[in-house]
Amino acid sequence: MAQTQMLFAGFGGQGILFSGKFLAYDGLFSDKQVSWLPSYGPEMRGGTASCSVVFSDEIIGSPIVSAPDILVAMNLPSLDKYEESVVPGGKIFVDSSLVERKVSRTDVTTYYIPATKIAAEQEMPTLANMILVGKLIRETGIIGEENIEKIIDKIVSARHAALKDLNKKAIAVGLAYKD
Amino acid sequence: MADKVLMKGNEAIAEAAIKAGCMYYFGYPITPQTEVAAYMAKRMPKIGGTFLQAESEIAAINMCIGVASTGKRVMTSSSSPGISLKAEGISYMAGCDLPALIVNVQRGGPGLGGIQPSQSDYYQATRGGGHGDYHLFVVAPASVQEMVSLTAHAFNVAEKYRVPAMLLADGTLGQMMEPVVIDEVEIEEHDKSWALTGTKCEREHNVINSLSMLPEELEQWNIDRYERYAKMEKEEPMWEEYMMEDADICVVAFGIASRVSRNAIKAAREKGVKVGMIRPITLWPFPKEVLLASTDKVKAYVTVELNMGQMAEDVELATHCRRPILKANRAGGCIPSPEQVLAQIEAANELGGEQ
Repeated sequence: MAQTQMLFAGFGGQGILFSGKFLAYDGLFSDKQVSWLPSYGPEMRGGTASCSVVFSDEIIGSPIVSAPDILVAMNLPSLDKYEESVVPGGKIFVDSSLVERKVSRTDVTTYYIPATKIAAEQEMPTLANMILVGKLIRETGIIGEENIEKIIDKIVSARHAALKDLNKKAIAVGLAYKD
Repeated sequence: MADKVLMKGNEAIAEAAIKAGCMYYFGYPITPQTEVAAYMAKRMPKIGGTFLQAESEIAAINMCIGVASTGKRVMTSSSSPGISLKAEGISYMAGCDLPALIVNVQRGGPGLGGIQPSQSDYYQATRGGGHGDYHLFVVAPASVQEMVSLTAHAFNVAEKYRVPAMLLADGTLGQMMEPVVIDEVEIEEHDKSWALTGTKCEREHNVINSLSMLPEELEQWNIDRYERYAKMEKEEPMWEEYMMEDADICVVAFGIASRVSRNAIKAAREKGVKVGMIRPITLWPFPKEVLLASTDKVKAYVTVELNMGQMAEDVELATHCRRPILKANRAGGCIPSPEQVLAQIEAANELGGEQ
């Protein structure tokens, strides 16, 4: 059975839940089984936030990701907390402008992307999360690139039309990024 | 058929209630169920329904008693401490034979507890929760899709037997998103001649009341109610069997615990352990018959719960304690891991058969 477990983690306000939601919508459009589970409560108000996303060909058992195939860590506490939980052979995406240390595991593939720095330089300071999502798509092929526009159009409300283009741009930057 | 959408469990309950003809919602915010109220606040005014944020949980449940007395479909929702506040009103509803839907998206307790997911209101839900001899019809969804179907079903059953119903979920199911189809749901028509709708001077007054100063009369009301409960116990239990055809070991788990258990069952099957699951969908009436029948082939049971082992007692009762029962549980807002459940399945497999 093909199943992929993903965990997004960082500070509240970095768009952790939104990045997970973006991927979850691909599951919906591609007719895969998908679950999206956020941390809730005080985490959403500035503490550490995380979000579990599971893709599967079959009915999903637990929506709680305790051993991710893919980890996106947008701050040091998240990398510290979840590095060990990644399955051997898994992939870790690190925002290297916020996390100074390297991943110590040698049985996983790690990608360092200075996403927060790039986002600031490209005048989209709130979209480091989507740069990481772009890189994740590039390195995992987890979602079809043809769905990107469709998903953004669906989850960014019409009131924020300008943000649609910025989100698409951020994903494109991540897709093109070579470390 | 309607489109598949991604929705949070809490939102799915709210939309399903509206689809089921519920035009009245009274509530008071509490994590992790506030999205139910938020969704109702947005939708109800647009469809001519009533959303009202009451001044307290107690006020909200009493507003539900008012609407239910008129025979209209009504709902309230809360989370554990808030349900305790509603307990008095729920007992009055049961005593007045009023149908309504009460949603409990549980969090850790007792007391103010925490805000993380829990199933520790099992006793409260299945034994009534308030004072007096009564039961609620209790359903426990395990997916966002089931939150839709069971919400609609609970309204129908509540009206059929004139009992309050409870949808017992938890913080995980309330907060998670899954693809869901919100189709048209079946709204059953049941007798409402008891409702307070105005006599128009054409009939005798209906009386909705739970007070009687005559013990023999009050006893008779209880006996009549228990006749309906007996019928429910016969006709309304719901459950799902998973990989039970050749199972030596049977996991019993409801709601989110059953989802975690599925992972453990798959892992155990890969190791050659013949394990399956009976998932109660109704917690009251509890699916006793299927559990009792399973004792003929099952060596041991593993109960998985987000509490200290409350449903395990119902499994002991249902199986007449014929087989050993091992527990895999966590409390206080923690969730059993698939590894913990797997370990208990393997332990059960070791000790099974020593009867």
